Amino acid sequence: MRQLIGLIPLIPLLSSVCLMLLGGRLPRLWIGLLGVGSVGLAALLTGLTAVDFLANPEPFQLTLWVWMQVGNFAPGVAFYFDGLTLVMMSVITGVGFLIHLFSTEFMEEDKSYARYFAYLNMFVAAMLILVMADNLLLLYLGWEGVGVCSYLLVGFWYQNSANGQAARKAFIVTRIGDTAMALGLFLLFSELGTLNIQALGVAANETWQVGDKLPLIACLLLLAGAVGKSAQLPLHTWLPDAMAGPTPVSALIHAATMVTAGVYLIARTHELYLLAPIAMIAVALVGLTTSLMAAFTALTQRDIKRILAYSTISQIGYMFLALGVGAWSAGVFHLMTHAFFKALLFLGSGAIIHCLHHEHDIFKMGGLRTRMPVTFWSFMIGSAALAALPMTSGFFSKDQILLQAYQVDDIGPWLWLGGLLGALLTAIYSFRLVFVVFFGKANTEPDRDTGWRMALPLSLLCALALFGGWIMLPVAEVFPVASGLHPAHWVEYVSIAVPVVGVVIAYLVFYSGQLRVDGLLNRPSMQSLQRFWHSGWGLDALYDRLFVRPYYALAALFKGEPVDAVYGLIVAINQTLNGWLAEGQSGQMRRYLISMVFGLIVVLAIMLGAF
Amino acid sequence: MDGLNIPLSHILLVSSLLFAVGMLGLMMRRNIIFILMSLEVMLNSTALAFVAAGAHWGQPDGQIVFMLILSVAAAEVAVGLGLVLQIQRRFKSLDMDNANRMQG
Repeated sequence: MRQLIGLIPLIPLLSSVCLMLLGGRLPRLWIGLLGVGSVGLAALLTGLTAVDFLANPEPFQLTLWVWMQVGNFAPGVAFYFDGLTLVMMSVITGVGFLIHLFSTEFMEEDKSYARYFAYLNMFVAAMLILVMADNLLLLYLGWEGVGVCSYLLVGFWYQNSANGQAARKAFIVTRIGDTAMALGLFLLFSELGTLNIQALGVAANETWQVGDKLPLIACLLLLAGAVGKSAQLPLHTWLPDAMAGPTPVSALIHAATMVTAGVYLIARTHELYLLAPIAMIAVALVGLTTSLMAAFTALTQRDIKRILAYSTISQIGYMFLALGVGAWSAGVFHLMTHAFFKALLFLGSGAIIHCLHHEHDIFKMGGLRTRMPVTFWSFMIGSAALAALPMTSGFFSKDQILLQAYQVDDIGPWLWLGGLLGALLTAIYSFRLVFVVFFGKANTEPDRDTGWRMALPLSLLCALALFGGWIMLPVAEVFPVASGLHPAHWVEYVSIAVPVVGVVIAYLVFYSGQLRVDGLLNRPSMQSLQRFWHSGWGLDALYDRLFVRPYYALAALFKGEPVDAVYGLIVAINQTLNGWLAEGQSGQMRRYLISMVFGLIVVLAIMLGAF
Repeated sequence: MDGLNIPLSHILLVSSLLFAVGMLGLMMRRNIIFILMSLEVMLNSTALAFVAAGAHWGQPDGQIVFMLILSVAAAEVAVGLGLVLQIQRRFKSLDMDNANRMQG
């Protein structure tokens, strides 16, 4: 069984290649079967491996072949399998399978059906390689692979140039982080002589002391990579724009799996981070500020997918907070539950968009509760889990994060308070979405309800979002055990109560209308604040001024090739002189003769002393 | 040699005039045959100068050089006429100004 894990990324990869080569010629049914079936098969194999692994939880390694051999640098195409890998693989193949199934209905009328599934399968393969890699180089291969697939899928409807723009933005912004990450890998290899993740942990502990400078630099570089991929401050601006892709893509790539790759990376290299306490604080602070910033922004958005995108940024911020305070398993736990409920929410929004003539503005929806019951319940459950209402999956994970954040020395209570504020905002914006879209009067009539291929994944994800909190993660062996201390009971009660308060506020404001905020909102100061939040805290405009426009200006300058102009001048001088000299070579024999004779006369005259 | 006592300077004057006539013909004429003939005139003018100089100083060198010039002229005419034929074939005219492909 254990030898078979090599097949798990291979099957979607093969299917992707098949679809790319033959996609145009296959009937739609076959394309769907191939695309969904390959991921289903991978999910099945993952399930079998999970059963095998849970019976005997011993991490193992599988080397397929040596990738390249350069001196003592010999990274293998090798997979490492432990509890963390299992969790990630289950999320990728399980949620991935449901989203593929959903896509068959969502993309039914699209012309590029085969291309879509080819990309999506390739993404699953690359993501599996990312989480299964036993060395950072192979991980980087998967990392870039998912980046490419993200680019291709964001720009899937490339006929609209705005989508291409969004795709390029996603690719370039993450590339900034990737470059830093590559530097981190170089540093680790030159200092420790290996990129194997397990060996790195051992070597780092032998070579470095806690608080040394080198692990700090390496960890910050890796953090930059994670920040780019996971859309954290300051590299988060690509994610809201990435919503230009098809909605199931947003669910799979930009909510459930790829954007959590940064969380996985930090969790995977946690032994390095334990050597660099400052880097961990940086992780926590990045996570917290991102989560608050994105939550405020989500409050003011009108586009259903952008709300969810900012919510994703905010929730990944929570995961970073968890990692930063050393709550590794809580972070990974939140990664998993978030994959469930955010995929659910995105697929729900996809169903709405699909049935509502591609309407994105939530204020043009409304009253969908009775017309799209499956979607309504999906959204209720998803939002409840997102808001971390008690007994949903999100509650368990977020509660753990907040409690562990509270126990950090010195800054713990502040982190906790920030997290609470984020949780309050999360509850408000998620139920604002529910109340605005599903209650009130209908503004747009849906032209159909969801078919079974949409309803089934939604229902299954509903179950996962509700009960996913009871899954025990098999990561006890992977991470150091958290301290057994428990904060005072009131801390826990407050953590539970805050989301409920948020839901009540959302109810009062957006449903019953008893709490009137219009007067407050219409004040000029609040208006400008709202605009500020809506624009994502002005960061897009700032980056536009700071980087994009200077870059364009520079490009426009270099388009004329100013350096070449110097060489061009030399060429021009030579050509002019040549032109002059060439004038003399007229090809007229008699003219040559005349000039020769005159020259002769002059020479003779000089020789005879005439001058 | 007696009785025919022409001063050397006269002969040299004739020779120079012939040379100038030849050179002018070379520069003015466009017909390639006439150019060749002008060249011939120039060669003969120099030959005359050599012969006169040799007679004046009683040295054989002038006559030797005259023989040399004759043979050079013969060779030149042989090559030149060949060229004339080629030019006539290629440009369908004997106008030297048409054979100006080597410009610029």
